[in-house]
Amino acid sequence: MKDIKKILEERILVLDGAMGTMLQRHKFTEEDFRGERFKDWPVSVQGNNDLLSITQPEAIKEVHRLYYEAGADIVETNTFSGTTIAMADYEMEELVYELNFQSAKIAKEIADELTAKEPHKPRFVAGSIGPTNRTASMSPDVNDPGFRAVTFDELRIAYKLQVEALLDGGSDILLVETIFDTLNAKAALFAIEEVKDERNIEVPIMISGTITDASGRTLSGQTAEAFLISVSHIPMLSVGFNCALGASQLTPHLEVLAQKANFGISAHPNAGLPNAFGEYDETPEQMASQIKEYMDKNLINIIGGCCGTTPEHIKAIADLAKNYKPRSVEVVV
Amino acid sequence: MSTEQKRKYLKLSGLEPMIVSAETNFINVGERTNVAGSRKFLRLIKEEKFDEALDIARHQVEGGAQVIDINMDDGLIDGKEAMVRFLNLIMSEPDIARVPIMIDSSKWEIIEAGLQVVQGKCVVNSISLKEGEKEFIAHAKKIKRYGAAVIIMAFDEVGQADNYDRRIEISKRSYDILVNQVNFPPEDIIFDLNIFPVATGMDEHRKNAIDFIEATRWVRENLPHCSVSGGVSNVSFSFRGNDRVREAMHSVFLYHAIKAGMNMGIVNPAMLEIYDDIPKELLDHVEDVILDRREDATERLLDLAESVKGTSKERVIDLSWREESLQNRITRALVKGIDQYIVEDVEEARQQADKPIEVIEGNLMTGMNVVGDLFGSGKMFLPQVVKSARVMKKAVAYLLPYIEEEKKKNALAGVKQEGNGSNGRILMATVKGDVHDIGKNIVSVVLGCNNYEIVDLGVMVPPEKIIQTAIDEQVDIIGLSGLITPSLDEMVFLAKEMERRNFKVPLLIGGATTSKAHTAVKIDPQYKNAVVHVNDASRAVTVVGDLLNKRSNQKYVGDLKEDYEKFRESFLKRTKQKEYLTIEEARKNKYLIDWGSSEIVKPNKLGIQVIEDLDLKKLEPFIDWTPFFRSWDLHGKYPSILTDEVVGEQATSLFNDAQELLQKVFNEKLLGAKAVYGLFEANTVDHDDIEVSYSHAEPFDDDNDRISRSADNGNFKFRTLRQQLKKYASKPNFALSDFIAPKESGIQDYIGCFCVSTGFGTKELAEAFEVDLDDYNSIMIKALADRLAEAFAEYLHKKIRKEDWGYATKEQLSNDELIKESYKGIRPAPGYPACPDHLEKLTIWELLKVKDKIGVELTEGLAMWPAASVSGYYFANPEARYFGLGKIKEDQVKDFSERKNIDLEYAKKWLNPNIQD
Repeated sequence: MKDIKKILEERILVLDGAMGTMLQRHKFTEEDFRGERFKDWPVSVQGNNDLLSITQPEAIKEVHRLYYEAGADIVETNTFSGTTIAMADYEMEELVYELNFQSAKIAKEIADELTAKEPHKPRFVAGSIGPTNRTASMSPDVNDPGFRAVTFDELRIAYKLQVEALLDGGSDILLVETIFDTLNAKAALFAIEEVKDERNIEVPIMISGTITDASGRTLSGQTAEAFLISVSHIPMLSVGFNCALGASQLTPHLEVLAQKANFGISAHPNAGLPNAFGEYDETPEQMASQIKEYMDKNLINIIGGCCGTTPEHIKAIADLAKNYKPRSVEVVV
Repeated sequence: MSTEQKRKYLKLSGLEPMIVSAETNFINVGERTNVAGSRKFLRLIKEEKFDEALDIARHQVEGGAQVIDINMDDGLIDGKEAMVRFLNLIMSEPDIARVPIMIDSSKWEIIEAGLQVVQGKCVVNSISLKEGEKEFIAHAKKIKRYGAAVIIMAFDEVGQADNYDRRIEISKRSYDILVNQVNFPPEDIIFDLNIFPVATGMDEHRKNAIDFIEATRWVRENLPHCSVSGGVSNVSFSFRGNDRVREAMHSVFLYHAIKAGMNMGIVNPAMLEIYDDIPKELLDHVEDVILDRREDATERLLDLAESVKGTSKERVIDLSWREESLQNRITRALVKGIDQYIVEDVEEARQQADKPIEVIEGNLMTGMNVVGDLFGSGKMFLPQVVKSARVMKKAVAYLLPYIEEEKKKNALAGVKQEGNGSNGRILMATVKGDVHDIGKNIVSVVLGCNNYEIVDLGVMVPPEKIIQTAIDEQVDIIGLSGLITPSLDEMVFLAKEMERRNFKVPLLIGGATTSKAHTAVKIDPQYKNAVVHVNDASRAVTVVGDLLNKRSNQKYVGDLKEDYEKFRESFLKRTKQKEYLTIEEARKNKYLIDWGSSEIVKPNKLGIQVIEDLDLKKLEPFIDWTPFFRSWDLHGKYPSILTDEVVGEQATSLFNDAQELLQKVFNEKLLGAKAVYGLFEANTVDHDDIEVSYSHAEPFDDDNDRISRSADNGNFKFRTLRQQLKKYASKPNFALSDFIAPKESGIQDYIGCFCVSTGFGTKELAEAFEVDLDDYNSIMIKALADRLAEAFAEYLHKKIRKEDWGYATKEQLSNDELIKESYKGIRPAPGYPACPDHLEKLTIWELLKVKDKIGVELTEGLAMWPAASVSGYYFANPEARYFGLGKIKEDQVKDFSERKNIDLEYAKKWLNPNIQD
């Protein structure tokens, strides 16, 4: 298979859209989430989307296939919460390896199927590594700002397990995403470097932060450029932003990265901002017209969607991306 | 290189980016958040006043520091915990966290702990080839993985780079390893090429500045993309005391170093002259020195420096004051501490006066009042006041025979005696069992200067004698002092006695282990009248004045009692919030060492050794001067204290006097230094006891009932105490026994213990000075003996590590690093935070036969005599660390008394300061 770095120089790569939005359509019940294997699990597991890779694998495969068919080059594994830390809520810490392994395996199955069909457009699997539900840089207790609910080492160990399982399951890329606390991401990156070192392998890494609001900073307070500097010690395939904002709100922050980074730039924004009911209602056309601005400004190497986006959105974006050249990765600072 | 390489810039980040490009000016690193650089910061961290410590960080950032250096390397704080806590707090302060952090420590575990809590890209300060390539590479890899830049010290296995070639050799080698083997980004490398002083008068120092500058140029030209940093004030060290020259030297140095490529550093902006504003002549002379342009550059600058000094008014050395009025001359002699002319001036005054006593009450007191005012307003410092007292004493001694004669005459003539005109009579004593009296003597002298009559009972004064003397002499105030913890209980006892005997006079409490908390909680409630904690001499004068002011003292005492009451309440409330573990629970949470893989080295020389008469001169490089200044109430770290804006001049003068006496001590062998130490097989038994196997060849003499209880059949046991405060997260509850392999592990481990003393002869010397009316040197010799004893302990510990035990044969540490305790293994002393129990000294005395071998004795209070002595243990395990025991609970006291086979009440008496109530 052709090296993804090479392809990145030739064209804009397309990432998939939301997994959660697609799964909501199934309206899975508690029983569906449990399946046969977990019917006696002591706590409720409804909402544990990662678990569906084991209990409803066909539904997950279906979502991957739809995104690939819509034009995605890369799909993300269904492992956003696949760490012992995030799985503690469901008392499923013991299952973390299996969840990640299975998720990567089924995504890879679909990828291989489509690559075989269209060898000119190889399909890749990105192992998705979420932020966990704890922050290493901030105190959850306003009265005790020095307190931390999680340490670097706890995160590093949890991430390492996830990384190993994702790679064993067949992930081509690792995607550290929705980073709202850079220190969590650094622990994930540290774990990845350890695994690379131990296995003596190279793995393309994508890093994607989250600018939470109009302040233009991450939740942990960094500006886009400070965030970039803080993660630049890792050889990356790409750095970018996802979630929280719609495509147009993200533009100024992507511009900062595009000017400063010696890596590919990625973006997978939400389908606009949520409406009063918490739903995303930006149409594929509306979103694509905003993303056109990225391309006109030559800001981007990898583009996809986050919350609220569907295969229709990804198709609109993929159709647009075909007509543009990717941003040149070498930057003169 | 065929094409010109694209320049890569050092990029750092806090919440915001900081990029060191060719266009950015010199990057100034703030270093007030460094426990070694700021005594205030150290105090705040020690007292866990993290909020105020944050203010220091904030001020630095507001003041323009572009990076803040944070250092928690101090023997008395848990550096790792303090680093993590402080960084965590900084992260919640966006106005501080916006700048990048420099994590500064000589201990890798502290650096790593710091890297784990900061999201931005930090600078690690520092690593070097000192411990060899293997460790250097391992640390560099980790730093890269944490995403930080790094300062590389020009230091290798051989030592610190001190010339041009060595700087280049080490930086080139470091760079090549980092870039080629570790794949470290070259733009993330910052070299600290060692700024050393010039114009020291030594030929080998002449090229220190120019070598640094030229090495900087070489590094920037030949090692692509890296940066160069350094601490600038070192360069002008030899001109401490002359800020004008120093400022000029800093500017000239920076001007040339920045041109050569230095782009980062620690500079005190207040100590910098604008290059263009330096007068031409001074500039030329300074450049001659910095750039080593002339053979005689140093002499010429020294000459010029005198005249530069001369242009600032206060420093004129002239005798025009001798032309002034008599009173002015006497006042000046007292204020400046000049005793040269005092006798002739006093004689002149005596001839003018009706009665000789009037010279004291008039001329001399007028002068001393000026001294008192200046001291009270912070314009004079303690050593100066003590010198004033020396002049005063000489004057009074001259007058005394005349006064006696006058008295006799009056008695014959039947004239009634008047009072002696003193402000009041004060009894001063170091309590029973304690021998430390430097602080007490200083307070006595200062009060004496303020016309109080001092009744000094000396050291180890039993309570009956204090009470009796107070009654007989009708004193107005009693002052008690003590340094070791058992003295605290003595003070409580005395307060009770004073209450029982219906005393009314105020009680002053002072000394190193005393505190406002102890005074308020334990002493004040025992005595209905005034109790005041006074820990510095300058406050003593005001407090005593207020206590004896007949018009207002009732209100003052009332306020005082109320203040202590409030303090006591809030203190007790505070302590109630702390949670404690039972001793069993605490043992379950002990510090675990993986004994299977732990590095245990068998000592080369087991058994007991004695050093009879060490050449004191060998100790000179080991002296830690910082506490010496502290004993004179001058606060700040040596050597920077010598150039401190406020106390620098005084500190320098004190230091010169100390050096003079020290050299005399060396040359004339005025003090004796002896040591006894031993290394033994040992294992931990029953969690908290360390069992030492050693049999004395001769039957040991059982002359002391207290002693024999720790031994049976050649086995000695050290009973350690375990922390019981409930810890955050997974922090262990330490006891010293955790650092020795338990017996059941089957692994033979070892322990050492020692006693050193440099106090032989101190008492005689001090008394000789006192006879000569020279309190200044009397205090000085004791302070120096204390420093020498500590230096001896440091010296011996090094010898143990490198030779007798030999677990650190390759160790290469500078004296500064020794003082910072950068070495492997620890040397805790009974009576100090890790083992506050003084009783274990008895076991050491018995095991080493300290009294027989070197003659150092234990007093009733278990203080060592001579006072300038140090004793303690050696632990060699790399994981051994200093900690503070904190408070313990009654259950451990009971357990301790049973283990030790002593009375519970007796155990309570000794552990009292550490028992939580």
